[in-house]
Amino acid sequence: MTPTFDPAAGVVSVVGLTKRFGAVTAVDDLSFSVAPGRVTGFLGPNGAGKTTTLRMILGLATPDAGTVTIGGIRYADRPRPAHHVGAALETASFHPGRSARDHLRVYAPEVGVSDSRCDEVLALVGLTEAAHRRVGGFSLGMRQRLALATTLLGDPQVLLLDEPANGLDPEGIVWLRQFLRYLADQGRTVLVSSHVLSEVQQTVDDVVIIAKGRLVRASSLADLEAHARPAVRLVSPDVDGLARLIAASGWSEVTRFEAPGVAVIEDHHPAQIGAAAFAQGLEVHELSSAGTSLESLFLELTSSAEVAR
Amino acid sequence: MTAALRTEIRKITTTRAWWVNGAVMFAYMLVLAMIMAASFVLSIRSEGSASTGLPGGATLDPESVASSVYTLAVALGYIFPAVLGALVVTSEFRHRTITPTLLAEPRRSLVLTSKLLAVIPFAILVSIAGVLGTVVGGAGTLALMGEPTFLGDPDMVRTIGMSVVALVLWALVGVGFGAVLTNQVAAIVVLLVFTQFVEPLLRILLAQFDATETLSKFLPGAAGEAVAGSSLYVSSGLADLLTAWQGVLVLLGYALVLLVIGRLTTFRRDIG
Repeated sequence: MTPTFDPAAGVVSVVGLTKRFGAVTAVDDLSFSVAPGRVTGFLGPNGAGKTTTLRMILGLATPDAGTVTIGGIRYADRPRPAHHVGAALETASFHPGRSARDHLRVYAPEVGVSDSRCDEVLALVGLTEAAHRRVGGFSLGMRQRLALATTLLGDPQVLLLDEPANGLDPEGIVWLRQFLRYLADQGRTVLVSSHVLSEVQQTVDDVVIIAKGRLVRASSLADLEAHARPAVRLVSPDVDGLARLIAASGWSEVTRFEAPGVAVIEDHHPAQIGAAAFAQGLEVHELSSAGTSLESLFLELTSSAEVAR
Repeated sequence: MTAALRTEIRKITTTRAWWVNGAVMFAYMLVLAMIMAASFVLSIRSEGSASTGLPGGATLDPESVASSVYTLAVALGYIFPAVLGALVVTSEFRHRTITPTLLAEPRRSLVLTSKLLAVIPFAILVSIAGVLGTVVGGAGTLALMGEPTFLGDPDMVRTIGMSVVALVLWALVGVGFGAVLTNQVAAIVVLLVFTQFVEPLLRILLAQFDATETLSKFLPGAAGEAVAGSSLYVSSGLADLLTAWQGVLVLLGYALVLLVIGRLTTFRRDIG
């Protein structure tokens, strides 16, 4: 059975959010919104203010200015909030002496679910085998899974996850990716924070990028990708032939030579370059994409914000 | 309210701290009562009266020996329920589980109140364990040495029962203290230093002067002994006590004031 959700109840709305710690402004007039039915990456370098923002969204920290609502209601004003919003903030929020199942059972009454729901979510995250083991002996990956299980207890419409991929093995990351996609496809709102874009690149539909507490960009991932410039690295043992190809194709303006016989041609795709080289009969030893990756675009965006300060 | 209370009770039952606390208190009180009972009896036999070893050369009669031994938990063991109560708050900060706690229930006053109520049944069990230790160790030793145990005396039974009440009140004071000082190690150290060193010293010092003697009755340890209605200090003529119900009010007052301070500081700040 697919649950049905009211999309309006799944919108996370951050307006003019500001938080100061003494002289430091950790979050500076930040506004963005998170849409339901999509996976949104909340991105920024370490110390950009991601966790502070999440804490304010969840009513754990009081903003100095601005408002945050989820479905139009402040988190702390919502009765039984864990039923609507599932959030995981830190990987180490467990009592080491409790078993995984007991950890969930502790919160079950407040979330408003039965003990059998605890077993269900343990199965969902693949921790059934470890249900009765003490959390103190868990790996970081297992803790992440348990943290995710905790957020799922109330079958919430909105999921806010702080660095959920941290500590997961490659297999776990693939699993997480598919799981978040599955949840978003059901109409849920899924926000995942990360300090590396590449970690969530294959998962997210939208990005909210912040740096130094300020919004740098909020757009779809596709829009962001459009800003990444393509480039091709072309290597040939025929140094003269390579130079002739570039001159004849009119690429001189956009080409730089890293070494004799090694050219990087910007604003072009590998297919264009490959076709031209083939037509010229040029012997090619390497033809590879060398464009501005999304990751370097991300670094550029977040570091230019630093310069702007 | 019931949901928050059930959550808080489960937090205690799913960890070992509470019954380890009770077990250690029982063992400690058992041994302490045996040693004290034996040394009082031997002291009476050699000198005709028991020397308390306290300043003033106070002495004890056999009934006072028994009541002093049976109230050892209130006089010297209240650190156990106090720590039990403090841990209910401090362990949340130590393991950072305060974050999921406040996510599940953002109403912070309700969380704190639930913690206070949830600790009561466990405090009763721990306190019974402690008092049982003094009674088993004390009465056993007295009986073995051929001394009267006074266990059939209704007044003695009342004193023993009220010792449990006093210790449970100490657990509530502990919850308040933990809410004020959330660093677990610091909270335990301060509780230990205050209860085992500062307060006993204060009581002896304050009792020396007429102007401050009244004040010493309102110290939390003295209030606890007032609830039980007897103690080593009183038997040795060192101090007067409040009445039992006054003692209850004073301890409840300490708990309440600490809880309010904790609510206005720790539980008002940003968490994490």
